[in-house]
Formats: sequence, C-alpha cells, structure tokens
Amino acid sequence: MRMMGLKTILAAAGLMLAGAGTAQAPAANSATPVASTAAPAGKAPAGQANAVASAQPAPADAAGSPAASPTPALDHSGDPRLALDGAPQMTATPRIGQPTDGVIGLQPQVTKNGERAHNFHNKILFPVITAICLLVLALLVWVVIRFRAAANPVPSRTSHNTAIEIVWTLGPVFALLLLAIPSIGLLQAQFKPAPANAVTLKAIGNQWYWSYQYPDHGGIEITSNLLKEREQVAAGERFRTDADGPRLLAVDNRIVLPVGVPIRLLTTANDVIHSWAIPAFWIKLDAVPGRINETSFTIEKPGLYFGQCSELCGARHAYMPIAVEAVPPAQFAAWIRAKGGSMPGAAAPTTTAKDPKAGSDAAENIAAAENDTAPVENATAIAPATNQSATNNRTGAGNAGL
Amino acid sequence: MTDTALHPAAPIGSQFEAHHGDHAHHDADHKPAFFARWFMSTNHKDIGTLYLIFAIVAGIIGGAISGLMRAELAHPGIQYLTTWASFLPGGEQGLDHSLHLWNVLVTAHGLIMVFFMVMPAMVGGFGNWFVPLMIGAPDMAFPRLNNISFWLLIPAFTLLLASPFFGGAGTGWTVYAPLSTYGEPGPSVDMAILSLHLAGASSILGAINFITTIFNMRAPGMTLHKMPLFAWAVLVTAFLLLLSLPVLAAAITMLLTDRNFGTTFFDPAGGGDPILYQHLFWFFGHPEVYIMILPGFGIVSHIISTFSRKPIFGYLGMAYAMVAIGVVGFVVWAHHMFVTGLSVNVKMYFTAATMVIAVPTGIKIFSWIATMWGGSLRFKTPMVWAIGFIFMFTVGGVTGVVLANGGIDDYMQDTYYVVAHFHYVLSLGAVFSLFAGFYYWFPKMSGKMYNELLGQLHFWVFFVGVNVLFFPMHFLGLQGMPRRYPDYPDAFESFNVLATHGYEIMAFSMAIFFVNVIWSMLAGKPAGDNPWGEGATTLEWTLSSPPPYHQFETLPRID
Repeated sequence: MRMMGLKTILAAAGLMLAGAGTAQAPAANSATPVASTAAPAGKAPAGQANAVASAQPAPADAAGSPAASPTPALDHSGDPRLALDGAPQMTATPRIGQPTDGVIGLQPQVTKNGERAHNFHNKILFPVITAICLLVLALLVWVVIRFRAAANPVPSRTSHNTAIEIVWTLGPVFALLLLAIPSIGLLQAQFKPAPANAVTLKAIGNQWYWSYQYPDHGGIEITSNLLKEREQVAAGERFRTDADGPRLLAVDNRIVLPVGVPIRLLTTANDVIHSWAIPAFWIKLDAVPGRINETSFTIEKPGLYFGQCSELCGARHAYMPIAVEAVPPAQFAAWIRAKGGSMPGAAAPTTTAKDPKAGSDAAENIAAAENDTAPVENATAIAPATNQSATNNRTGAGNAGL
Repeated sequence: MTDTALHPAAPIGSQFEAHHGDHAHHDADHKPAFFARWFMSTNHKDIGTLYLIFAIVAGIIGGAISGLMRAELAHPGIQYLTTWASFLPGGEQGLDHSLHLWNVLVTAHGLIMVFFMVMPAMVGGFGNWFVPLMIGAPDMAFPRLNNISFWLLIPAFTLLLASPFFGGAGTGWTVYAPLSTYGEPGPSVDMAILSLHLAGASSILGAINFITTIFNMRAPGMTLHKMPLFAWAVLVTAFLLLLSLPVLAAAITMLLTDRNFGTTFFDPAGGGDPILYQHLFWFFGHPEVYIMILPGFGIVSHIISTFSRKPIFGYLGMAYAMVAIGVVGFVVWAHHMFVTGLSVNVKMYFTAATMVIAVPTGIKIFSWIATMWGGSLRFKTPMVWAIGFIFMFTVGGVTGVVLANGGIDDYMQDTYYVVAHFHYVLSLGAVFSLFAGFYYWFPKMSGKMYNELLGQLHFWVFFVGVNVLFFPMHFLGLQGMPRRYPDYPDAFESFNVLATHGYEIMAFSMAIFFVNVIWSMLAGKPAGDNPWGEGATTLEWTLSSPPPYHQFETLPRID
C-alpha cells in the first residue's frame, strides 16, 4: 500500500524502439554492461532494475513522440540484448508491472478497473477486515485479563441474551451489505464489454508457453517463450538480460498493446487449462481448451507489465510468463506494420463502427482503428465447443447487451 | 440398544458413576486379544484410537512434504528438486521430471492433509471416540461398518503413497481436467483417483454411521436441543459428507473413464467440458472445507465452556449456526471458479452467497467470546489452543471475506493470498482445534495427564511458527505470486525466506508435541475421571479415564 504514490513515477519513461536507429542503441547499451554482469548471479536484489532505469531519462520523450520511426530490427539480430522482432525495446520501471521484494501491498494498477478494485481493497476491504480482527483480538485480550480465574473466581451463569445475539447477527449482515454494494459495482464494471473498435488480443495457452494472435490486425501471430538465463543456454542463443525484465518474467517476444485503447482479451488453450494474468491490469482469465473466454481492459499508462500463468498446467507451470508492452497507439500501429500486419481499415476500409457509442469511446485513439468492424474470425477458429459471451460478439453488434 | 427401555436409567452425576462402577467389574472391561481387538475391532473407542494414530502418521508424512516444499521455496531457483527426483523412477529424465515432482509434492500434501489427516482425526478419531460417549450411547450404531470405514483408509493411503513411484500425480488436489486426463498419462493419476474413491467410500459409510447413531442412540432425555455441540457438529458434518462425497465420486469416476475408456465428459473435442469437472469438484470441495472445520467448532465450544466454568453462550444459536453454515456451504461452490469465465450474474450471486457465510461464522466467534465473558478462566493447554483458534480463525475468515468478492479474485485467484487464507482457516484453524481437542481429551483417552509445561510450550512455539510461516504469504499474494510454483521471480524472495524460517519453528514445536505425548503415555500422572473440574459437564467426564471397554450398559438419563 505504500506503493500508491509510486505509480505516478513516469511510467512512460524508457520508451524506445529497438529498431529506432543506432542513435538510441548506445543509450540502451550503456546500462547493459552493469546489468549483464549481475545477471548470472540469478538473485539480483530488488533494486537491481535501477541499473536499467538509469538509462531511462534519456529517451523519456519517446512516449509523447509518435514520430519514432519503426525500422525493422534486423540489424540487431546478432545482439542478444535486443529484441529480435522489431518490438519496442522497453525496459521495466521499478515497482511497476512486476513484483517488488519486501513490499506489502498490491501492485500498482494501470487500468481503470484495476484502480477501482485496488481502491475497493485498500480503502474498504482492508480497513474493514483489519478492524474486525482488532475487535476480536481486543475482546479476547479483555476477557482473558478481566475474567481470568484469579480476577473473577465465581463465574456467572449467563447463557442467553437475545438482544446481543440479534445485534451480532444483524451487525455483520449490514456490514456485508455495505461491502456487497461496491463489490457488485466492481463486477459490473469488469463486465462492460469492449466496444466494437477495441483491439482484440487472443492469448492461447500451450504447455508451456503463450501464443498470441491479433485477429483484427492481419492475423499476426506471436509465440512468447520464457527467456532463459545466460548459464542455461548454449553459446550464441539468446539469454535474458536485465533489459528484458526479471528472471522468470522476461520473455523472448513480448506482445505490444496500445495505451488508451480498449483491449478485448480472448483466452483459450490448446492442451490443458492455463490462466492469463497480469496483476497490474487486475486481469486474470482462465484459458480453457475448447472454450473462449473474454474480458476487456484499457491500459492507461505506457510501460512494461509482467504476469505469470496462474492455473496449474503441468511441469513447467512456473515457466510461461507473460509480458506486455503498452505503447502509444501510433507506436502500436508501427509495430503492427513491422510485424507484417495491418491496422484494421487501413488496407481495406470498411464502413464505420455500427455502434456510435463504441466509436466515440475511442475517439482519442488510433484514427485508423475507428472503423474497425472486422469480424473476429480467427477468434473462433479453434473449434470452441462451448461459447461464452466472447463468441457472441463477432461483429461487435451484440456488445450493448450482455 | 434394543433394550433401552428395560434398563432403569440412572441420573447423571455421582450416583451414576457408582452405578457404573459396578458394571465395570463384571464384563465392561473384557477386551479381546490383540489381533481381534485392533484388526477386527467393533469398539468405537479402539477404532477412534486407530483413526487418531492413522491421522498422526499421515500428518507426519504430509507435514514432512510441506517441509520439502518450504526448503525448495526458501530461495529462488531450483535447489533440491533435481536431487529428490533422482531418487524416484525416471529420475534421469531431466528438468521436467524434477518440476513434475514439485506438482506431485503439492498434490500429495493437499490430499494427505485433507483426506488422511484432518478428516480422519476430526470425524474418525474424535468423532468416534466422543460422539457415543457424549450422547450416552454404548457404541456406534453399526460397529462393523465403523471398522470397515477405518480399514478402507489403509488401501486408500497406500495407493496415494505408492503413486509417486509410478510417475506421480501432479494434478493438484483438485485434479482438474484436462491436466488430469490427457495431461498426465501413466497409472499414478488413476491410483490417486482410486485412492479418493476409497477414502470417499470410507467417509460416506462413516457419515451414515454417525447420522444413525446420533438420531437413534441418544440417552433417554437427551433431545437434539440438549445434545452437546460436538455431537451437533459431527451430525452436520456427516450430512455434508453424505451429500457431497457422492458428487466427488461421480466426478472422479468420469475422470477415470475419460482417462481409460475413451469417454469425453471433460474433453471439448468430444463435446465435453473441462469446466463441468470444476463445478462437480467444487460442489464437493466447498462443503469439504466445512467438513474439516465444523468438528473443530464443536471441540472448541466444549473447551471454552469447560475452562470458563460457564455453559456455552447461545447454545441454540451455536447449533443452528453450524446447520446454516452447512446449508449455505452447498450453494457457494463457484467462488472457487471466479476466473474460469463465469457470467456476471453468476459471479454476483456467488459473491453475495459466499459473504452470507460470514454471518453464522460471526455468531460463533462472538458466542465463544460471550461464553468466556463473565467466566472464571483457567488457561490450561486446551484453553490456550482454543483461544488461539478463535483469533486465527478470525484472521483466516476475514481474508475469506476479501476473496468472496468476485471482482477481487481477478487479482487474488491462485495467488499466495489464497494459500495464506486457507492455511489460516485450516492449518491454524482446524489444526489448532485438533490440538485443543487432543490435549482436552488426552487424559480421558489415555488415563494419563499430559505435561502442562510442554503443552504450553508447544502452543506458543507452534503459534509463532505458523504465523511466521503463513502470514507473509498474504504479502506474497498481494504482490501477485502464483500458487504451485517451484521457482519464483527474485522479488518474492524475502517473504519466502521468512516463511521457511516459520516452518522451522513450527517443526520444532512438533518435536515438543511428540516428546510430550511419549513422555505422558509412559510417565504421565493418572488423570482421574474428570481432570477439568466442574466446568466439564458432558457425559464423557462421568466415566473413568480411560473409559471402560463398554460404557453405558445402564443408560444415563438426562434431565
């Protein structure tokens, strides 16, 4: 909970494109000698990420400059410290989007619903449960002292008091009603479906890695594997550096999502049940074979956010992390193009969104994305036996309901 | 029992004791020879003893497994798993084999503690020993059924313990499909399933026995509303067992046929649904958590009353709070499934229904405190365990209120916050009540007093140990550490180190416990019929310690 203030720390800092040209490469590299010497130790203290963070002020303007030109990163393919796929090479901000050692409290939230839930927990639930525990503890301490045999040799024989029994029955009822109201409100907020022009990300769980599809963006597919430590890979293979993120959280291919644009997350799995989770988004959704689950969120701040598989899925359950880079929409569009995809409507413009509300929601977002009515074709391609609400939204027409 | 009406019923109290003493000299203490007594037993006290011994053995094994897990988790990286895996068949298969061993340990720890430690100790052990004594019955209604209930556990436990040598079941105690179907080939998951079948059958038979005994064999004058709360607790527990375990049996039978006979109940490729398994499992699984705690509620009620020298406060409220918990416990199961893709309305319902359980639970907490209020409290070992139980169960209960919120579980589900929560209600709730009951009834069962100093020491060291062990897990969960991970990002190290130290403290306290038990069995002072004085009012304290082999040949009469 003492983390709260830190969220305002420039989450946008450190944004830059791996392929943005050699001019920026030295900035990244300046941090890496420090970082990579610490990497083999495998037990970098929490503050270790600061070594990387020190490089951040330099490209701090990147967040606000959509002009950064995405050059394919092929010229860095031999350098294991840099992404091979043209992804923006963003480094993690300390304490944001990842766990921090010794901290007591929830991870800072970067989505609206996350903020809401975070507040619900920190400002309502946590004080209430603390008060209940202290009340019970105080009562126990009081009776133990006041009614110990030495202090009260003759016990009373009282065994009923209807009034007090009614009080301690109705009291908790009202307390729980007060808790239930914000709780139900939170659930409703979490179930607000994504508008028609939302960016659809499909996360597919596999033993033991995540693969991703952007069905509305030219069917880009990304496979995201854990980055191993230097001592675990053969010579020449890519290994994790601190620029990639913490051990067991860093992946070889991060997925990139736009900031400020609603994201429609679809999850499914190819083998057993997995669970796609990013604590900083307050998102956790099981990836169930034969089924497509849907939820949505809007990332408010650019940054690098990590999560881990959260449903027991076999031997390497702990080794299939999730890493999301949230970038401004223009960078996202550039990344999509660098991956060989296309922004919806850019190549084959269609009619504007059917749902006017949905369109207005995203007014500040990617201009090109506004006329996204492309059906989520790929989302249902893997024979779902049981369709949740997700698959009712193919054309976005059914969004208003639920 | 059929001649109940023919016996002149003796009133409870000293007159009854004298009366009973006469009988003890004749045939009440005629015990069979060793083999017949312990292997073909029909005596509820002997079977209860067998259950307790079994639970202690299983607890040592399950506790040792958690020690292995805490050792591995003490620091980031894989420390010992590879070494341990090399002791098992297939140990040369590399890292995945070692990581699978982790899941096997997690699974075994959960199943052993639930099915082979807490349940046998609570229901089979204390239930068998004290339900007939408390309701004034000579034995259980079906003594031979009672015997087979116990002996079914032996092959069940054997199957589970043998499974690691055939690959090991690494499915988690929940055995979710499809990880448990096509995710885990080899015979070990089948062995685990059969183990659950046998343990479940054992519990169903036991439940039938308890329900029949409590409904039909109460002493004259003991109406249901005069029945001791422990008997109430076991009655509610028996109904939960009877109604929930068949659902588990159905679910794991479907798993078995999915695995072996090509059915597709839980396989989407054949029209099945993995989520169906979770609904079936948790329809059993949630009542199961109350099965593990309700008898503890009963035990604690008696101890609080005894050492406050006061009758329990709000007896009827206490009894019906347990009934309410049992009933509501059947309609909250999907709060274990908040992130599986439930619809918003379902999540709202299960959020609200789950919160409702806090009301009867609160009634119980407050009634225990009210029982102590105005009492004359003596802090013997059972009492300190019971007071510890009240506070620790409260802490575990309130984190349950947090987790009841479906919207919160998008963060908390499957993190260490959940692990902390259920260890507070089980490892600090149910287990505290087990120790409380053990110290409370040890003089009655053995005829010897335990060592008070060692008992108090055991409590305090254990109390510190489990809190250091489990409290930091809340913090790990708040920072997002997922459960069932053999290795974790370095940022989780500090609290994991602390938790492992907590385990070491807890393990030391268990050494104190076993020293105490052995010392007391060998050299404990004779306990006398009622070592706890006038506060102990239930029928077992009217008998000798240990009670005669057959008690209540003349039924006591309750006024």
